[in-house]
Amino acid sequence: MDRIKGVELSGAEIVVRCLQEEGVEYVFGYPGGAVLYIYDALFKQDKVRHVLVRHEQGAVHAADGYSRSSHKVGVCLVTSGPGVTNAVTGIATAYMDSIPLVVISGQVPTHAIGQDAFQECDTVGITRPCVKHNFLVKDIKDLAATIKKAFYLAQSGRPGPVLVDVPKDVTAMLTEYQYPETVSMRSYNPVRRGHAGQIKKAARLIAQAKRPMVYAGGGVILSNAAPRLTELVQLLGFPCTNTLMGLGGYPGTDRQFLGMLGMHGTYEANMAMQHCDVLLAIGARFDDRVIGDPAHFAQNPRKIIHIDVDPSSISKRVKVDVPIVGNIPDVLDDLLALLRPGAGERDAAALDAWWQQIETWRGRNCLKYDRASKIIKPQFVIEKLYEVTGGDAFVTSDVGQHQMWAAQFYKFDKPRRWINSGGLGTMGFGLPAAMGVQLANRGATVACVTGESSIQMCLQELSTCKQYRLPIKIVNLNNRYMGMVRQWQQFFHGNRYSESYMDALPDFVKLAEGYGHRGVLIDKPADVEPALREAFACKDELVFLDVMTDQAENVYPMVPGGKGITEMILSEEL
Amino acid sequence: MRRVISILVENEAGALSRISNMFSARGYNIESLTVAPTEDASLSRMTIVTSGSEDVIEQITKQLNKLVEVVKVVDLSEAEHIERELMLIKVRAGAKEREDMKRMTDIFRGRVIDVSDNTYTIELTGDGRKLDAFIQALDPGAIIETVRSGASGIGRGNRILRV
Repeated sequence: MDRIKGVELSGAEIVVRCLQEEGVEYVFGYPGGAVLYIYDALFKQDKVRHVLVRHEQGAVHAADGYSRSSHKVGVCLVTSGPGVTNAVTGIATAYMDSIPLVVISGQVPTHAIGQDAFQECDTVGITRPCVKHNFLVKDIKDLAATIKKAFYLAQSGRPGPVLVDVPKDVTAMLTEYQYPETVSMRSYNPVRRGHAGQIKKAARLIAQAKRPMVYAGGGVILSNAAPRLTELVQLLGFPCTNTLMGLGGYPGTDRQFLGMLGMHGTYEANMAMQHCDVLLAIGARFDDRVIGDPAHFAQNPRKIIHIDVDPSSISKRVKVDVPIVGNIPDVLDDLLALLRPGAGERDAAALDAWWQQIETWRGRNCLKYDRASKIIKPQFVIEKLYEVTGGDAFVTSDVGQHQMWAAQFYKFDKPRRWINSGGLGTMGFGLPAAMGVQLANRGATVACVTGESSIQMCLQELSTCKQYRLPIKIVNLNNRYMGMVRQWQQFFHGNRYSESYMDALPDFVKLAEGYGHRGVLIDKPADVEPALREAFACKDELVFLDVMTDQAENVYPMVPGGKGITEMILSEEL
Repeated sequence: MRRVISILVENEAGALSRISNMFSARGYNIESLTVAPTEDASLSRMTIVTSGSEDVIEQITKQLNKLVEVVKVVDLSEAEHIERELMLIKVRAGAKEREDMKRMTDIFRGRVIDVSDNTYTIELTGDGRKLDAFIQALDPGAIIETVRSGASGIGRGNRILRV
């Protein structure tokens, strides 16, 4: 890339030049008054491509999906005021799942800040609780260095979204442009290597374990540690579970994989979590949807080793014995170096007995459902989706029952294939995220598993899909209910389905056609597989599959909120 | 348990709200908070008095360290330290009460820094308990107005917090 130094550029040109320097391919955004100069600068170049969404929430989710599926920083550009407030849901979604984004927002001119100007809002104040960091650039001389810092902060340490608010007058001023080569901040120095003594302690505990368990989360995916995790688990012969965010971190089809754990985790994964004697937690944070009630979890004694890049994730909900702060791949390298030589010295008899116990739990077949049903079972659709795509699709999802079924029934063998809003639980995430995934992986198979309620929250992006020819396959598990809300109402609110029924639904087939896509209605189990085959054979078109599923189906197993992880409701118990 | 936490933070706009936001967002308690620039104008020093269990204090320290603009965090109450707080208190001091009020101020090593026909404004420095004790010692009816700075803290001897 040509690097012109000492040339005078406008603030808007600087913004675009900085994005070029960072190798940004796509900016997801929506223009408006405060960012007109930046859009003008974008117009005059062709290195950074702009993707015009239909709502700023879609821009952030798309950048987020782009990042999750590619390990690059996602970039968005939004205008001041409502542009920013619309983006907040997307930013908070990325923050909860530690996704590296740089959000550039326009702001009213510096002299108008604080005057309640048209389309003014306190962007830095509004976004402060849901970003890793944010900046307001009041002096054009700070602009390039601030954007450099934003990219550095977003992807280093525990990643996260960083927002740069740029007032309109700053984008119009001129200054000498120079992009800094490096960033150094005395207040920010993320740890890479883990403490050698702690890693030794961990290796000793692992070697002595009789009932070991490996519990790995989204940190493994984010730090690209999946190959090392797989090597470690296979070297040790230990059972492994992944969190919702960690799926694909360990191959989902491997025998040592016990499935997802947590509120809708498998019986075997939750039982093994509770009854293990040594727990190796990697890039996971023991959150409420994973271990439920911490007091119940603490009833069984076990030694916990916790590897995480963020010290504040350690001993937050669960006290751990061996904390290791560091970049997961580096820590796992050090741990592997210690464990490889003694790989044969473990207590094989104890491990055998433990596996026998696990196989008994696995024998409960906790994910079974009625395969003979005359009504389409949502689990069946996901199983067929898995078969038809050869297990090799990128799958995005929204939030609710369909999300849990996709997580349970699609076996992810590779990292960065399962894209969902785990932390914030944002309905409306799936479709715009799929756009980002498809742009990052042109030619790849991208499926958006959604429900009739979630899809309506960012439905307008069907138009963006048309404009950029994104051949996403939307699998709409349509049960005419906000399914997860209905399930909780059935279990905990005496079957009073308060406002969870989706009435006056659109004809999704016509709707898809209205946007210029193909729509297909599926209402018989026998039609599911042929329709999926036909849709996925269609490489250049978005297909909206509206699948009429069983209205009364529930997600099992289920740990009721606030209960212990072994206090599961299983399907046969009802 | 009451804790005194000292923080060095980049002297930038918004740094204070980042810190106070973190306390309110996570439900931590702030008893008092003081902040001012240090001899190095690029740094501010903050003293936060908070309370909570060991676990909560550990999380507070970690969450503070996680904030990008926070340079250093020390829990002063982990070892010997000194705390001082400034109080300005305006009291009724008519002809009848003047002498008593002056004597009380002297006992507590305060200073009268402003006088009117019927009031004294007294300056008093000390740890929080001393200031409380002074207020206790006065007739409640005599107190017109009080303002307290919140505690500032520093480690004893060779315990130093700097970049």
